[in-house]
Amino acid sequence: MVNNNPKTLLDKIWESHVVYEEESQPSILYVDLHLIHEVTTPQAFEGLRLAGRKVRRPDLTVATADHNTPTWDRAKPITDPISKQQLTTLSENCKEFGITLYDMNHPLQGIVHVIGPEQGYTRPGMVIVCGDSHTSTHGAFGSLAFGIGTSEVEHVLATQTLRQFKPKSMEIRVDGSLGFGVTAKDVILGIIGKIGVAGATGYAVEYTGEVIRSLSMESRMTICNMSIEAGGRAGMVAPDKTTFQYIEGRTNAPKGEEFDKSIEKWSSLNTDVGAEYDKLVCVSGDDIEPYVTWGTNPGMVVPVTEVIPDPEFFDNLQEKESAARALKYMGLKSGTPISEIAIDRVFIGSCTNSRIEDLEAAALIIQGRRVNANVSAMVVPGSYAVKKEAENLGIDKIFKDAGFDWREAGCSMCLGMNPDILDPGERCASTSNRNFEGRQGKGGRTHLVSPQMAAAAAIAGHFVDVRDW
Amino acid sequence: MEPFKILKGKTVPLDRVNIDTDQIIPKQFLKRIERTGFGEFLFNDWRFNNDGSLKKDFILNKDIYRSSSILLTGDNFGSGSSREHAAWALYDYGFRSILAPSFADIFYNNCFQNGLLPIILPKEKIIDLIDESINNDGLELTIDLESQVIFNINLEINIKFDIDPYRKYCMLNGLDNIGLTLQHIDKIEKFEKLKN
Repeated sequence: MVNNNPKTLLDKIWESHVVYEEESQPSILYVDLHLIHEVTTPQAFEGLRLAGRKVRRPDLTVATADHNTPTWDRAKPITDPISKQQLTTLSENCKEFGITLYDMNHPLQGIVHVIGPEQGYTRPGMVIVCGDSHTSTHGAFGSLAFGIGTSEVEHVLATQTLRQFKPKSMEIRVDGSLGFGVTAKDVILGIIGKIGVAGATGYAVEYTGEVIRSLSMESRMTICNMSIEAGGRAGMVAPDKTTFQYIEGRTNAPKGEEFDKSIEKWSSLNTDVGAEYDKLVCVSGDDIEPYVTWGTNPGMVVPVTEVIPDPEFFDNLQEKESAARALKYMGLKSGTPISEIAIDRVFIGSCTNSRIEDLEAAALIIQGRRVNANVSAMVVPGSYAVKKEAENLGIDKIFKDAGFDWREAGCSMCLGMNPDILDPGERCASTSNRNFEGRQGKGGRTHLVSPQMAAAAAIAGHFVDVRDW
Repeated sequence: MEPFKILKGKTVPLDRVNIDTDQIIPKQFLKRIERTGFGEFLFNDWRFNNDGSLKKDFILNKDIYRSSSILLTGDNFGSGSSREHAAWALYDYGFRSILAPSFADIFYNNCFQNGLLPIILPKEKIIDLIDESINNDGLELTIDLESQVIFNINLEINIKFDIDPYRKYCMLNGLDNIGLTLQHIDKIEKFEKLKN
């Protein structure tokens, strides 16, 4: 039966992937691309073996080793035997089941959410899943992409489908324009600050509006990436010329006539006029400022020009207690200006902000300057391709000359599963996505910022407003 | 997966909002390649001092709550990382059900894959239960999934709860989702043919 009602982008992708549905049951949804990494898959492969099952579509499955990989010289051995075992297990599983693997010695290795788009695997209209909550990143291409647990990874490996209830749809419209020094990271931090860390729970978010249209693919990925920090099931941006230009020529993208045909198909992937979202949130780009998180979740955020808030002014008892506990953990006092907070470490990296655009922007800030004597700063490119491109552009030299550590690719100190961690009490300006307690190392204190803000803080030794830089 | 029919157990109130999966099971314990054995690391940084001794003031460490199988907690439980290790750790520790006003999506799904029943109740109900639990040194509750009701021995507490019928059916019978989907393999094959 043809349904001619106006549809949202979510409706269009969803409907074209339903394999089977029955009333009051989750739909069986086809998966076009299954990305996997070493942390959330060993138990899934073991489950397959125990049940005597195969990977249904190894050709639609792509693996990378990213979470545990050390960012020091790759020639050095991995010192943590358990990390090593997890990486070896991934290699063995990929070999046994015939899955393409970007292991830590592969020249194109990188963070799963960086190499997916970069190598042309990620394309508009796809359903993409991965055992990783930041899978929402890929929605920047107009795909429906979301994180799943290990049992669901096993389900996708065995069936190439997932059982899913359709999420509700939310439009987050960002109109106007962004001021000087304001980035995609600030847009998403501002949105999370406004709607809260559970503001989008149960929804697939579609970002629309002039600001989103004007952004590069890298910036759109930064925004979609952190949709999960607002609780969103997925984040999406309808594909346009910017999207097609990014995809063209990528290794695994369609070529020639096939590419032209794809563009035709992809161009219909937008929300129809008259289609209704379940919820609408409007944000003015002109109101967005460079932000800094002060607490232990990404919703605890203020503009760099402000002060640490007073828990007494929060809405209810639980929020007050939560804010007070966060300040205690963070070692901060209400009323302290953000710009007076001194930092010990700077981390530029993660699937949120480790792409070439991020590194270029940070490099512009630090060019010709030196990292503050009290600060230890590092850059971890999102992939080897990013690293190589940066080195070709001479960006590595700018970082190294300023006193930054220039590392190998991986997730690194975003979650510290490899040796890159904060010591207890250390304070870090980080371009990553989570400032949870202990996230970057037990007792470590994380402030989430844009690459520009992190770079400026590295030089100054405390937070500064990049607009005054 | 073990079927979930009726659970009789003690509650422990963990009265915090937005508890993320990094707190439930910190990253240093995600390197194991098994599904079991995560319970001893549950809430590691909240439960243990740096020298490995128990933090006495953390509620799970209080003697009266040691054998609890029902966790009472605040909004947005299980936010953040998709790590199913969080559900494994809670189950392995001994929890069989979690009662909260809301859950994060991925964590909520992960629970159902592991026989751990997440129940959403109105905030006022959770606050009452937390108070009761504190006042009674760990309230004893029965959760009957078939009739979707939570009650205590004298029926002063008697709460109906909602649950999606498909998830309920799978939990009651301990069903493997993969097996159920593979019953539709012909439809998957047909879909793939049409797609190409």
